[in-house]
Amino acid sequence: MSNLFKKIASKKSGARIALAIIAISIFTASVGREVYFTKVSVVPKKDSVASVKAFMQVYEVLTHPRCMNCHPAGDIPLQGEDSHLHAMLPKRGVDGKGVYAMKCSNCHQPTNSPGLHTPPGNPNWHLPPADMKMIFQGKSPRELAKQLLDPATNSHKTHEQLIEHVSFDKLVVGGWSPGEGRELPPGTHKEFVAKFKTWIETGAYVPSADAKAPIKKNR
Amino acid sequence: MNRRNFIQSGALFAGGLLISFKIPTAKKMAALGEAKAGVPFSPNAFLNIGTDNSITVVLSHVEMGQGIWTTLPMLIAEELDVSLDQITVKHGGADKIFDHTLYGVQITGGSSTTWSEFDRYRNAGATARTLLTQAASKRSGIPIQDCKTENGTVTAGERKFTYGELAADAALLPVPENIPLRNKADWKYIGKSIKRLDAKVKTNGEAIFGMDIQFPGLLTAIVVHPPVFGGKVKSFNDSNSKAVSGVRQVVKIPTGIAIIADHYYAAQQGKKALQVIWESSSNAGLSTIKQTAAYKKLAATNGQTVQEKGDAGAGLLKSVKTLKAEYVFPYLAHAPMEPLNCTVKLEKDSCEIWTGTQIPTTDQAAAAKILGLAPEKIKINVPFLGGGFGRRATPTSDFVSEAVHIAKACGKPVKLVWSREDDIRGGFYRPFVVHNVTTGLDQNGMPTAWKHNIVGQSIMKGAANVLGELKTPIDDTSVEGVKGSPYLTSIPDHFVGLHTTKELIPVLWFRSVGYTHTAYVMETMMDELAHNAGSDPVEYRRGFFKEHPRHLAALDLVAEKGNWKEALPAGRFKGVAVAESFGSYVASIAEVSISNGQVKVHKIDCAIDCGLAVNPEGVKAQVESGIIFGLTMALYGEISIKDGKVQQNNFYDYKIGRIHESPEINVYIVDSDDKMGGVGECSVPPTAPAIANAIFAATGKRVYNLPLMNHQLLAKK
Amino acid sequence: MTVLNVNEKAYEIDASKDMPLLWALRDLLGLTGTKFGCGVAQCGACTVHLDGEAVRSCVTKIERAVGKRITTIEGLSPDSDHPLQKAWIEFDVPQCGYCQSGQIMSAAVLLRENPTPTDQDIDDAMAGNICRCGTYLRIRAAIHQAAKMQREGKKS
Repeated sequence: MSNLFKKIASKKSGARIALAIIAISIFTASVGREVYFTKVSVVPKKDSVASVKAFMQVYEVLTHPRCMNCHPAGDIPLQGEDSHLHAMLPKRGVDGKGVYAMKCSNCHQPTNSPGLHTPPGNPNWHLPPADMKMIFQGKSPRELAKQLLDPATNSHKTHEQLIEHVSFDKLVVGGWSPGEGRELPPGTHKEFVAKFKTWIETGAYVPSADAKAPIKKNR
Repeated sequence: MNRRNFIQSGALFAGGLLISFKIPTAKKMAALGEAKAGVPFSPNAFLNIGTDNSITVVLSHVEMGQGIWTTLPMLIAEELDVSLDQITVKHGGADKIFDHTLYGVQITGGSSTTWSEFDRYRNAGATARTLLTQAASKRSGIPIQDCKTENGTVTAGERKFTYGELAADAALLPVPENIPLRNKADWKYIGKSIKRLDAKVKTNGEAIFGMDIQFPGLLTAIVVHPPVFGGKVKSFNDSNSKAVSGVRQVVKIPTGIAIIADHYYAAQQGKKALQVIWESSSNAGLSTIKQTAAYKKLAATNGQTVQEKGDAGAGLLKSVKTLKAEYVFPYLAHAPMEPLNCTVKLEKDSCEIWTGTQIPTTDQAAAAKILGLAPEKIKINVPFLGGGFGRRATPTSDFVSEAVHIAKACGKPVKLVWSREDDIRGGFYRPFVVHNVTTGLDQNGMPTAWKHNIVGQSIMKGAANVLGELKTPIDDTSVEGVKGSPYLTSIPDHFVGLHTTKELIPVLWFRSVGYTHTAYVMETMMDELAHNAGSDPVEYRRGFFKEHPRHLAALDLVAEKGNWKEALPAGRFKGVAVAESFGSYVASIAEVSISNGQVKVHKIDCAIDCGLAVNPEGVKAQVESGIIFGLTMALYGEISIKDGKVQQNNFYDYKIGRIHESPEINVYIVDSDDKMGGVGECSVPPTAPAIANAIFAATGKRVYNLPLMNHQLLAKK
Repeated sequence: MTVLNVNEKAYEIDASKDMPLLWALRDLLGLTGTKFGCGVAQCGACTVHLDGEAVRSCVTKIERAVGKRITTIEGLSPDSDHPLQKAWIEFDVPQCGYCQSGQIMSAAVLLRENPTPTDQDIDDAMAGNICRCGTYLRIRAAIHQAAKMQREGKKS
């Protein structure tokens, strides 16, 4: 898919820009941005307000149980709409695929199992590996944005690869077909990808330190 | 007495002559008198010795994990002079001869197998040994006192006979009476740890459980049950179900709609495709919240008198201080690992049933009634039970009756299989119970008055067909453990009352029955009293046990072995509890810590006085098992109701303790020659209160309702 | 027709590809050592090996098992002499016994991948298998013993 995207700029900026906007008072443009846009679109202007706004919507998706439950702070995945520790405490393992008799795919099939409360499926069900945990749980918007942008903490992905990942990775896409009875992340997957791209393409700005996770509606 | 009543010969079996020694209990002998002479015996007996040297022990009780597959053969081997590896074990079917020696009905329950069969099975072995010795004496001409039995043989002078060689002769001899049993000092097996005889087949897939019954032509049935207890089918549409490949029939039965198919998967698909409209049920308004409120209200008033001494009301008024507590316990599902199932094969005038049951003759009678056949026309085969805990002793024979109805309706051999959801949601729970306790204390913190009311459904009222009508309005299983408590007898003014309620939710005995809640109430109350008095909880209890030496022995042993007096490292806390149940006395110390609002149980030390421990390792295994069962109950056990519907479904919301939650367990057996008690259930009662008392030590808070998962616990600073 | 390779034998079965392997093994092939406990991958009673991994056969469709090696408790060892089976007997592990096929099949993967498991490793491997009789402590002891037997067996 990389031919759909073209890397056009790589820029370093240490400048700290303060802007007053409705929801967020201060945000920071972090270091090491790589900005992408699609071939057919107009080169988007960098727009720190639009970028952060888009990220905050991305953040809502990433911290939704469908995404966050497999990006736990510890080495045990989470489960359910309340993101409790996964029953029977399966461990991440070195490769993120579980350990011994408790490997993810021992229960999680290539497709969703039928019925309520059965294991959701995916051909490559796993957590991030032990050397690249990509924790979402407990991360502030700023922390998560920085983590996603830094190749050292995002599994060595370029911005282009990040967009590709959120667009086509089967586990990411699977978040929107989670099996019977499970809540979907906010918005459609297409909308999520669009927000993600907007975030990156408008400058991949990082929310300010006091940017808060939006209050989640009652589930 | 006609010897042919007790000895059967003549059946050709395995290329030899099969001899069965049938040793009835004394009280059954009259019933089996001359009238039955000439009627062929059922092949069931306690012991068969074949001419091929096969030695088969037939169990009057059933193996559901508790280890009697090993213990009962030990009793026979002890007297028969055979080694355990010579013995084959099998379950008896439904037969009066297997009636419980005390309860008078065929039942495995009440932690009673070993003590209730201790004499009967030893007698069976001793009788057979005597007959075989007599046969050897006759054949060899050697005087009987010079014939010695050893390891399945009789040595008579120079000659040596195997039991198989003597079996046919022995069968013709009159059955001797009053054979002396061996002295304790001579025991080779009893009192020694003997490895389980069923372990191998339970580790290689060979063990056959009810679920594993298969034969050509056998179909599988699953039932769509009403969503609310007592619900009835208004109408249903089975066209989509019948279109499922493998679905053979859909039939309406009294308990729902049965889908009958070639295999479970097809039946399951057929179930999903079925459309049912249910009639509204009067139970639809029931909820745990409403039930809790109603029961609490009742518990605040005096119920029917269970036990009374002096004047509790006046005593409370006189007391220096009162402590009040209100306890709430939820319904609990047994959830044996093997989901309930029953296989039925109907013939023209008879029926054969295979099912894991704790009450074979009761199920036999239920099937006979449904089919309009005499009970003896129903053959019950009992494979291994994949857990029972009381659930496979349903007085209404619920799953057996359901299977028989299906077989009758479809006319084909059928195996009814309940799903786990059917099991969790299908009722027959440990009752929902509320206790209301007020204690009055003197200036030393000792109780001088005690008022105690209990509210709950009666288990025994639904069990009259098995154990007889209640003789008083008080169902002992609702109050056992409070009634007769060693603490209460010393309190001059006390009252124990019971409100027996009626609900459509079916209730049943559940491993350790009433003690599941009464021990919790008594032991957490006593702990509260001890702390109130500034006393050590062990020492405070000891003061009540002056005339209860077996309580004391268990408590003292666990306090010593569990280092009660030693301080624990920071962050660890301990609690103690002691309870008598089923004739045994068990004391436990739990060691816990608190993290993330929840309790972690690190260790349980447990001492049991069960009298003679026939198989000490088996006793330990059962005590461990009961502790884990009690732990699960304390941490997670809860069936709740909303809009008449059970809120739980399967192990994801009816949680069972797992290996990582299992504490270290140390079991100590009191060296005791006292009367034998039970084992299988007896470590359940003190487990939850020991944990709760440790939680108090950790948090300074009392937990008055279970399960613990509903509480956010906070360790004291 | 679908071909399943179970315990080194090929079986031809006529079943929907969606049928859970558990029911194919039990109801079509008569291999009843593998147990039905919950049907939703919660209890582990149905654990079998699929190319050596301890899958829960109640949620594993037969289409996933086609072309793979399926091993059930009946095929774990030729004479019930797997170190785990021997240790299970030595430690009186089974009580009702219903869950034990699954327990052993799970433990077998642990021992293959970790010949010297710690208590934590045992928890990590075995927490997916429920035993209502509460034989967990004996399971733990037997796994340690089996690991020892396996190591000593390999030395000799």
